[in-house]
Amino acid sequence: MLLEMEHVTKRFGELVANRDVSLSVRAGEVHALLGENGAGKTTLMNILSGMYAADEGVIRLNGEKIVINNARDAIAKGIGMVHQHFMLVPALTVIENVVLGLKENKHFLDLRGAAARLNELGDKFGLAVDPWAKVADLSIGQQQRVEILKALYRDAQLLILDEPTAVLTPQEVESLFAMIRTLTQEGLTIIFISHKLMEILGICDRCTVLRRGEVVQTIDVADITDKQHLANMMVGRQVDLHVQKPRVTPGDEVLKLDDICYTDKDGARRVKNVSFAIRRGEILGICGIDGSGQSQLVECITGLAHATQGSVTLNGKPSNQMPTREILRHGVSHIPEDRHRMAMVGQLSINENLLLMTSARKDFLCHGLYRWKAISTYNQKLCEDYQIKAQGVSEPMTNLSGGNQQKVIVAREMDRHPNLLIAMHPNRGLDIGSTKYIQGKIVEARNNGAAVLLVSGDLEEIMDLSDRIAVMYNGRIMAVMPQQSATIDKLGLLMAGVMPEGMNEHIATNGAS
Amino acid sequence: MIQWTTNFLASTFLISTPIILVGLGIVFSERAGVINIGAEGLMLIGALMGVVGSWATGSVILGTLIAMLSGVFFSLIFAYLTVSLRANQVVAGLALNIFAGGFTVVMNRLIFGVAGNAAKIDVFNTVPIPVLKEIPIVGASLFSQPLPVYIALIAAPLLQFYLMRSNPGLKIRAVGENPKAADSLGISVPAVRYMTLLYAGAMAGFAGAFVSMGQVSFFSEGMIAGKGYMALAAVVFGNYNPVGVLMAGLVFGSAESLQYRLQASGSPIPYQFLLMLPYIITVLALCVYHKKTNRPAYSGQPYHKG
Amino acid sequence: MTRGAIYPAIAVIAALAVCAVILLVMGLDPVLAYQKLFQGAFGSKNAISETLTHAIPLLLCALSFAVGVQGGLINLGATGQLYIGALAGGAVGIYLHLPPILHIPLILVVGFIAGGAYGLLIAFLKNRFGVSELISTIMMNYVAIYLLNYLVTGPMKDTSSANNLPQSALIATTAKLSIILPGTRLHAGLYLAIAALLFYYLFFYKTPLGYQIRVGGLNPDAAHYAGFSIEKNNYVTMFLAGGFAGLAGCVQIMSVQSRLIHAFAKELGFSGVAVALLGNNTPLGIAISSILFAGLDGGAAKMQTLAKVPNAVVYMLQGIILMFVVGQEMFNLFHRRQRRAGIKKEAAT
Repeated sequence: MLLEMEHVTKRFGELVANRDVSLSVRAGEVHALLGENGAGKTTLMNILSGMYAADEGVIRLNGEKIVINNARDAIAKGIGMVHQHFMLVPALTVIENVVLGLKENKHFLDLRGAAARLNELGDKFGLAVDPWAKVADLSIGQQQRVEILKALYRDAQLLILDEPTAVLTPQEVESLFAMIRTLTQEGLTIIFISHKLMEILGICDRCTVLRRGEVVQTIDVADITDKQHLANMMVGRQVDLHVQKPRVTPGDEVLKLDDICYTDKDGARRVKNVSFAIRRGEILGICGIDGSGQSQLVECITGLAHATQGSVTLNGKPSNQMPTREILRHGVSHIPEDRHRMAMVGQLSINENLLLMTSARKDFLCHGLYRWKAISTYNQKLCEDYQIKAQGVSEPMTNLSGGNQQKVIVAREMDRHPNLLIAMHPNRGLDIGSTKYIQGKIVEARNNGAAVLLVSGDLEEIMDLSDRIAVMYNGRIMAVMPQQSATIDKLGLLMAGVMPEGMNEHIATNGAS
Repeated sequence: MIQWTTNFLASTFLISTPIILVGLGIVFSERAGVINIGAEGLMLIGALMGVVGSWATGSVILGTLIAMLSGVFFSLIFAYLTVSLRANQVVAGLALNIFAGGFTVVMNRLIFGVAGNAAKIDVFNTVPIPVLKEIPIVGASLFSQPLPVYIALIAAPLLQFYLMRSNPGLKIRAVGENPKAADSLGISVPAVRYMTLLYAGAMAGFAGAFVSMGQVSFFSEGMIAGKGYMALAAVVFGNYNPVGVLMAGLVFGSAESLQYRLQASGSPIPYQFLLMLPYIITVLALCVYHKKTNRPAYSGQPYHKG
Repeated sequence: MTRGAIYPAIAVIAALAVCAVILLVMGLDPVLAYQKLFQGAFGSKNAISETLTHAIPLLLCALSFAVGVQGGLINLGATGQLYIGALAGGAVGIYLHLPPILHIPLILVVGFIAGGAYGLLIAFLKNRFGVSELISTIMMNYVAIYLLNYLVTGPMKDTSSANNLPQSALIATTAKLSIILPGTRLHAGLYLAIAALLFYYLFFYKTPLGYQIRVGGLNPDAAHYAGFSIEKNNYVTMFLAGGFAGLAGCVQIMSVQSRLIHAFAKELGFSGVAVALLGNNTPLGIAISSILFAGLDGGAAKMQTLAKVPNAVVYMLQGIILMFVVGQEMFNLFHRRQRRAGIKKEAAT
């Protein structure tokens, strides 16, 4: 064994990111770490690369117990990590990034010599990059090469790649895989973090599955005959939390997307040819691994971004170029994915946070000034209705628990009686009680005639709440199907980019209409 | 005309020098991501402590060293506030400036009395460079200057080379552009920021000492009068490069030098517009640089590890 | 809220202590100095009225910075905005002759708009070219300083007297603010300062636009999510910030200055920053800390004559107060260390 991590536990306050995790990696293999977002893969690898210290557990390298206190220690032991968000300095050249922080650097840098050595390495591993180019001018794929070269330049023996394909085009993925094969031939060992089954089957030797911070199993990839089994291990099954949902006949179309594409400012195509429609009284659930384009899709609907191609129709009006302010006026409510970053202002009170979307409401004002008493009374009632536990409405938002913060946001967004409710990961990080409560509220909105777009990575939730389900993968809608014909198994495979047998793209797309 | 040009150039170099010296200091701390508006106060302290040191030791060199040490000491407080305590850099700088305004006056009155400083001190004398001083115009202006002027002119390209080609220079640039990446490679972000701030403090002390002992030969209250802010402007206009600072400092210095001459000759152009020029140029430069600026991506942001 | 009130108090006490040590090292008597300082600031009717007179422009400059902070902008340009406001208002005061009932409001409105326009320029540079307001405000200060200098030595120079000082003619008597406490210099500007403070409170805590600006200042992403325009916020914020500073300038020339004088505001703009920070940008905090800082300024003379301590000690004190305010993490660290020690002790027993 090259590397053994034994009984590693890492806590962040209340949250246990890794619980008693043991992992062993053989020399020369490509070892996959498979798991959903939040399963603890990256935390475990950050411990190995010296970014975090483990609370408990032992790390052995070549049988010897080692202590890694910081990044320098990890580098000295031959462990290199390519983070998902690159640790490059965009304003510097490739060679400057490569030699940055090297212990053997002389006072004045010999960049020419270093460039020569870098070119040598590049030739050996098939990773040629211009040493004198500025990193900011490189494509994402080339930047990834620089990260790998940086590790190789430091004589890494164990290379950790954190979701390396997440940012790459299919062609770049091919060349990355070729690179990985060359590296292992040259004797390197790779830890490959991913949640994409096909990639793991394609490139890895063994695979350790993590779920909610714990190891489920380590298996030889060669032994995998049933992809379904692997997907189930990753996704897991929760206790049944059935939500009561009466039949509602869908009404008018509220939102219609037609062939939406979105290219971000770095030129990456985040959303590709997405079309669907949602009617009053129905919940369309979109499931997918994080980063499959859901965020950008929602931004295009809410006006935070504008689709670069295709049309968005809201209440029968084209809304693609509308500013957010106007879209909100059309009765769109939005529970965003990152409540701390977007949906709330921590320093402000509950009262002021509840006012965010209705700051110009006529009956809250008297001669242009807020009637704080009336607003407080109104919000007090809202807090009671939504079972928000707080000292009072003047308590700062940041003092509340995550569940109560989310309830404030849900209360605010539902109180406007939306035509269209967009909820992204509404239950992320919440306890069972709050989760059930918020799920109930979402169904209530649908029963009251709202069109609901629910984005979630939690399949149980998607299955429980949705009337129709769409699966997003790599910017595309893989399939849209009625809830009745969906199974967790089928969704799990689609989320990992695998078309289940007996289901082809044609059928899948037909489900959309 | 030759006489006019010679005088104009000579005074330009003399006026530019303190701005260049302090600019060459803060360009490094700025590159490491720390906004250093406290340079104004550090210069003021340097101007006083230089005079005090020179008066006490009888040597302008020792006086300058004492000025530099004072700059380092007060920079240490600034660094502790901004790097260790992650205080707002602008406010900490402002606090330092307000403090320095009071501190120097109190010290000056205690040491030299209310009447002001009549004490005779050793000051920077001109050091004409043999042979070169014979060249027409340039000889009498550029090559007949006090030592710090030569230092400022020579240091700029050397420091440019140091920032761009040395290992510490690379670390400094990396820390300002992406402290997290630097941290992931085992570079201590606080250590780098402390070092650049202490160095900038020494340079501010030096520049201050030159104001009180190179341009004149006494300390007067509030004598820095915005030179520290002008150095900040020089760093911005010079696009965060030492050589750029040199150029910007000379441009700003020549505007001021020209202004004196216009004032004396009774020119129809109001001299105040020349004095405004450095600041207007800097704002325009900011508009033009826009995306191409070398301003570090993490300028002004305290670094939280993890 | 309690935290917001306690830290500044601790900062002031800590600064007094540190400054006392420095005075001792310098061979001065801190107890006597502080005693005379206090007497000079608040010890008599005249002292109090002088302190309040000082506090008026200080409070307006503090509001100028505080408005910026509410909108997430660092406005270091109160100095420049103050001079531009004073220039515009001063021109109206010197060259127009109107009944006081019209003249005074007109000067204030013109001064507010002129200072505000100078602030708008900063917002424009930021919105259009992404120029950091931090640097542009400092630069524009100097432009304003030299513009004032040009005008008071050139076109607006006082030609009536024989002296050659850089100053304009006196403003019309109809433009003078009346004295509200006979026998002192305390003038009607006090009412204006109180009104400005009230406006600040009402605008930011009672109106939708003020609320939207506060949201944008605290969390631009949330503002974006709620459909508020950050660019518009920047314009409104800088207009108000510049306007308040402009008012400060007008009030000075309509009272204690009586005319435009080169660099008459000295460090007023930056002192305002310190006052706003010490007052934690709250209306009450700003009121208290502006009186405190004005008291330091006002008491300094008495301290100098009676305790033989140079008046500049108060600037040292102000600087140290500000360092403690900005370094309040220091107290947090201290607190945390104590708590950790406490936990360890508990664990040990």
